Amino acid sequence: MISIRNLSYHIDGVAILDDITIDLPKGKVTALVGPNGAGKSTLLSLIARLEPLQCGTIDIGALTIGQCSNRQLAKQISILPQMTEHVPRLSVRELVSFGRFPYHQGRPGPEDEAKVDEALQVFDLDDLAQRSVVDLSGGQRQRAQIAMTFAQDTEYMLLDEPLNNLDIAASRALMARIRELAHSYNKTIVVVLHDINYASRYADWIIALSAGKTAAAGSPAEIVTPKLLGDVFKSDAEIRMIDGHPVVLV
Amino acid sequence: MRVTAWYWAGLIGLALISICSLFVGVIDLSASDLLHDKEALRVLGISRFPRTMAAIIAGAAMAVSGSVMQMLVRNRFVEPMTAGTGQGAALGILIVTLFFPAASIFVKMAIATVTALVASLGFLVIVRRLPPTQPLLVPLVGLIYGGIIGAAVVFVAYQADLLQYISVWLNGAFSGVLRGRYELLWLAAGGAVLTYFAADQFAIVGMGQTITTSLGLDYKQIVLVGLIAISAISALTVTTVGIIPFVGLIVPNIVSRLFGDNLRRTLPLVAITGAGLTLVSDIIGRIVRYPFEVPVGTVLGVIGAVVFLWLLFRKPQYA
Repeated sequence: MISIRNLSYHIDGVAILDDITIDLPKGKVTALVGPNGAGKSTLLSLIARLEPLQCGTIDIGALTIGQCSNRQLAKQISILPQMTEHVPRLSVRELVSFGRFPYHQGRPGPEDEAKVDEALQVFDLDDLAQRSVVDLSGGQRQRAQIAMTFAQDTEYMLLDEPLNNLDIAASRALMARIRELAHSYNKTIVVVLHDINYASRYADWIIALSAGKTAAAGSPAEIVTPKLLGDVFKSDAEIRMIDGHPVVLV
Repeated sequence: MRVTAWYWAGLIGLALISICSLFVGVIDLSASDLLHDKEALRVLGISRFPRTMAAIIAGAAMAVSGSVMQMLVRNRFVEPMTAGTGQGAALGILIVTLFFPAASIFVKMAIATVTALVASLGFLVIVRRLPPTQPLLVPLVGLIYGGIIGAAVVFVAYQADLLQYISVWLNGAFSGVLRGRYELLWLAAGGAVLTYFAADQFAIVGMGQTITTSLGLDYKQIVLVGLIAISAISALTVTTVGIIPFVGLIVPNIVSRLFGDNLRRTLPLVAITGAGLTLVSDIIGRIVRYPFEVPVGTVLGVIGAVVFLWLLFRKPQYA
């Protein structure tokens, strides 16, 4: 479980996060949603120790951020950054192999190779293993990146807007895979999503942020309501229930 | 393995170029002379061999530091000698010459390394403020930044009547290399070898701060270590043979296009190619208007500018 207690964060005197206290359930997919500027990415980067904590605490399982070494945390939690234009010229296999760095520090052993093979297999990358990441499509590249995080073999995975620039087929396939990772490998996955319908369909738990505060937290059926859309997203879109999942009509 | 085959091909090619280098120069020297002519052996030992080694080491070290710098800055169009590091080193040497003329060569080196480091840090601070959507701004800013520091060096030297003195550092040339005057470069070779031990770390830093932290590494520490290595290598090179431009730019780009960014695999190839390019440029400089010499910096400037333009104008496939 990731426990966040009284977390606040300011940039130049402006509150980005304001006294957030939440728990992210273990072995589940948790979606962070909210309008632009709600503080989703800041929250994610604080959990990922990318920025120093200003006030409040974050516990990741038994580890407390700021009180254990970076390398210890690297075996517990991994983060997938937003996709950028800057793509390294590496083969898919080389990229995925870098996920093992916290374990081998530059000298990969047989277990590391085995874990890389497994990651390539789980993400259907066997055929692409020798191809350069530069030559892949957006969806394939995202899959290679997540395979690298998977190879890092951490209990906790943070994904920052993984659906950016992906078409509907790639987005659905990726979310289905993320669900499978959580449920078959017992991983705790936190994913920042823009589209509330993807959160509603694929996440076990949704946390809605609004102006740096938690606006709502719960299962999709509980919290994806007209009230939430009105309060958090300032939108009067309709919601229908389909197969037990709330669907926002866009 | 494809890359291993290229290592060997590169090493053999470099050996052949080196043999050419030993026999090209103002004093006629042929292989048969070496057997009976003591004078020929002296020329070889005092001038040709040191000169060849200096070109190999300086070229390899500059290419390796260019590779590392491109990872640290996350931009393919920068290299220490055109982005302020080399000029910073020249500034340090000038300061020592002006204020501590009696200082030992190691004090001189240390101060040049520090000023090179400060200049590189300054460049990094400026680059971090540039919009990431404009990758070409980085080399342009680097050229201007290096130009400003270089101009300051020239101005101070002019005031102090040291112009002739500084041209030795600002324009790289191997014509002054003799036994006993280039050995500091071996330290630069050592520095380049040391960076190889951190090849994975530099490759990871090239993937960005988030991935670096996620993999349990200290981003700032690696960037600082990398900058110190680049600065020390640049300072050693500038002190012994002067600013050797463009090798650090074009060699890493060519190798990266052909073999990728996995530095653990590609750095040896970068070093071999850098050594070969520099040595060939020096040989060209020796024969192009024989018996006079064109400095290697000038030859590389011409070759480098053409290749640099090609890199800029080809399809921006990788950005």
